[in-house]
Amino acid sequence: MTAQSTGPATAAGTTKRAFLELDDLKVSFQTEDGVVRAVDGVSFALERGRTMAIVGESGSGKSVTSQAIMGLHSRRAAKITGHAWVDGVDIVTAPDAELRALRGQRMAMIFQDPLSSLHPFYTVGKQLVEAVQAHGEVPKAEARRRAVSMLDRVGIPNAARRVDDYPHSFSGGMRQRAMIAMALINNPALLIADEPTTALDVTVQAQILELIRELQAEYNMAIVLITHDLGVVAESADDVTVMYGGRVVERGGVDEIFSRPSMPYTWGLMSSVPDMEADRGKRLEPIPGQPPSLINLPKGCVFRPRCAYAQHVPDGRCDTERPDLTPVDDGHDARCFLTLDQKRTLAVKATGTEEVA
Amino acid sequence: MLGFVVKRLGAMVVMLVGLSITVFLLFSVLPADPARLTCGKSCTPDVVQANRVRLGLDKPLTEQYTTYVKGIFAGRTYNEGQGVAEIDCPAPCLGYSFSQQKPVTELITEAVPVTMWLALGSFVLWMAIGVTGGVIASLNRGRWLDVALQSTALVLYSLPTFFVGLIMLIVVIVQFGLLPYPDYYPPTQDFPKFFDTMLLPWLTIATASAAFYVRLTRTQMVETLGEDYIRTARAKGLTERAVTVKHALRAGLTPIVTAAGLDLGLLLGGAIIVEQIFNLPGVGRLAVGSVIDSDLPVITGVTLVAATFIIIANFVVDLLYMVIDPRVRLS
Ligand SMILES: Nc1ncnc2c1ncn2[C@@H]1O[C@H](COP(=O)(O)OP(=O)(O)OP(=O)(O)O)[C@@H](O)[C@H]1O
Ligand code: SF4
Ligand SMILES: [Mg+2]
Repeated sequence: MTAQSTGPATAAGTTKRAFLELDDLKVSFQTEDGVVRAVDGVSFALERGRTMAIVGESGSGKSVTSQAIMGLHSRRAAKITGHAWVDGVDIVTAPDAELRALRGQRMAMIFQDPLSSLHPFYTVGKQLVEAVQAHGEVPKAEARRRAVSMLDRVGIPNAARRVDDYPHSFSGGMRQRAMIAMALINNPALLIADEPTTALDVTVQAQILELIRELQAEYNMAIVLITHDLGVVAESADDVTVMYGGRVVERGGVDEIFSRPSMPYTWGLMSSVPDMEADRGKRLEPIPGQPPSLINLPKGCVFRPRCAYAQHVPDGRCDTERPDLTPVDDGHDARCFLTLDQKRTLAVKATGTEEVA
Repeated sequence: MLGFVVKRLGAMVVMLVGLSITVFLLFSVLPADPARLTCGKSCTPDVVQANRVRLGLDKPLTEQYTTYVKGIFAGRTYNEGQGVAEIDCPAPCLGYSFSQQKPVTELITEAVPVTMWLALGSFVLWMAIGVTGGVIASLNRGRWLDVALQSTALVLYSLPTFFVGLIMLIVVIVQFGLLPYPDYYPPTQDFPKFFDTMLLPWLTIATASAAFYVRLTRTQMVETLGEDYIRTARAKGLTERAVTVKHALRAGLTPIVTAAGLDLGLLLGGAIIVEQIFNLPGVGRLAVGSVIDSDLPVITGVTLVAATFIIIANFVVDLLYMVIDPRVRLS
């Protein structure tokens, strides 16, 4: 960590590394139109037993970030720099064999659409057994026994029989439970959930989130929860990272972020969900304007073209300079030139939230 | 599932009946006159007319057809009680070739094993090469290996079979004498000779087909490799090999199996050009010979048998769908 103040404290071996720690992680794709900087310097730290929510509009780089943590990007298509430490192993530089050993074992992932994420031609049981046997010589019968008990644990009724069914004969909620069972069958320490409930209806959503929370307590997992749904964030997360245009624009504890959102993009996200309880399950309302092109980022603040508050910053700085991620409070940072006072007063106007602090 | 099989079997029988009627009608309107072939050079109008009556060719078509079908199941005897030497055609009797003096069934059963060996050998070759090539191309999508494989496939696919066959024959056998001139022996009788004879025909057929399967497999793989469940498979920590074969290839198998089954069925009906070039006494050569001789019973028989192979291949492919795709099994 040199010039940038964006990373958590990792100064040369003095501090112990967090269980999951991203340090200036960058992922870019070479395309015909140019280099797409999908993730441009993301840093955060997460310990076991805690949940980090990543929120942001579509295209802000949430999935690319999470797949980088799993080491799922092909090294050919994606150029990755920075670090992503999982339990001390840097995923960015780890050899393929080591990555494979970690995936599905120490870290696991569940995806948005459980139907398309399960193989249509194999029974649910076979896919779970495969996950077990990918990490050690486990006899088939033993692996199957574990599959059944895991399916039972995630609340699939009649698991001993349903284990031999194909994914398409499961309901949406049951499929997601099966996905969760598959992800957790090797007892991972890190779970990444990329919009795990988006494809499900509201009641099922709540059940699945409840299940994930239960399992987190049971296995003491670190969870990275990617979601559009601020209601989900409020309910499940300990910390929040807000992403815009491939960058972290604000981050902090969940209460901090909700009570004192400190930059205009976050305000936009918040104001679209005025009443958390009434709007549970609602997607983020689009903020006027388009997300930036990741090939040609605007020159000044990346949010400038859509920002209604730039005139509060003197000298047109927003047009010419990139703001850094600066502290708002302990463990709460935001990327915006507005002064602390402005952040406070304008936030109240922008989101209608009562100031708590 | 059983209901599905029974239904498909029923459909197959209906198709066979329809097919036999069509073939029978079609060939009965051809100008070729089977009665003329019974007497060769010694024919006079009177003899031909007499033979026509003896063969029942003066009877209405419906009666001729039922006689024919009866012959398939019960056999039949030509010249029965006509005061001429009787000719026995045991079931399944597909007619009698007067120009070759043999029952059609016998001619076909002699030819089928040759064609079968030809078809099976080249099938194994082209599937192995084609599917492997397609998988490799898809894994190297956009890189030189992919480009090389695809363009090679395109060139080979566009070369006509007779050209490939003749080039192989001329270069390997005539020019360099690397293999003996083709001379077919059954594998049980003389395996080395069988192998030497079959190698080039196998390669000839496999060339164009492998090229087709490289492209088909590549297309399938490129599609399935982009599916969400492939990402899941990687996220589980599977090896790339397992991801590629057990997940991606497995998911893209349906069209490949369909094409393979139909191609094999088609080929079992005779490979006319290759059998001709390499002097293989298979169904294809039998067909060509019988067309040249206007030997109608043989033409009819070969057409029926070839079409039957295709119908059976269709049936087998339908059954394989269920094995491959559990979603078909349930619906
Ligand atoms: N393989 C790739 N090649 C080129 N661009 C890519 C690739 N993968 C992702 N991107 C781009 O990176 C950007 C971020 O994508 P990402 O999937 O992370 O967004 P997201 O925040 O997950 O959005 P959503 O909410 O829609 O899932 C998008 O603009 C996308 O087009
Ligand atoms: S830096 Fe300027 S443009 Fe960017 S969010 Fe803050 S006020 Fe808006
Ligand atoms: Mg996404």
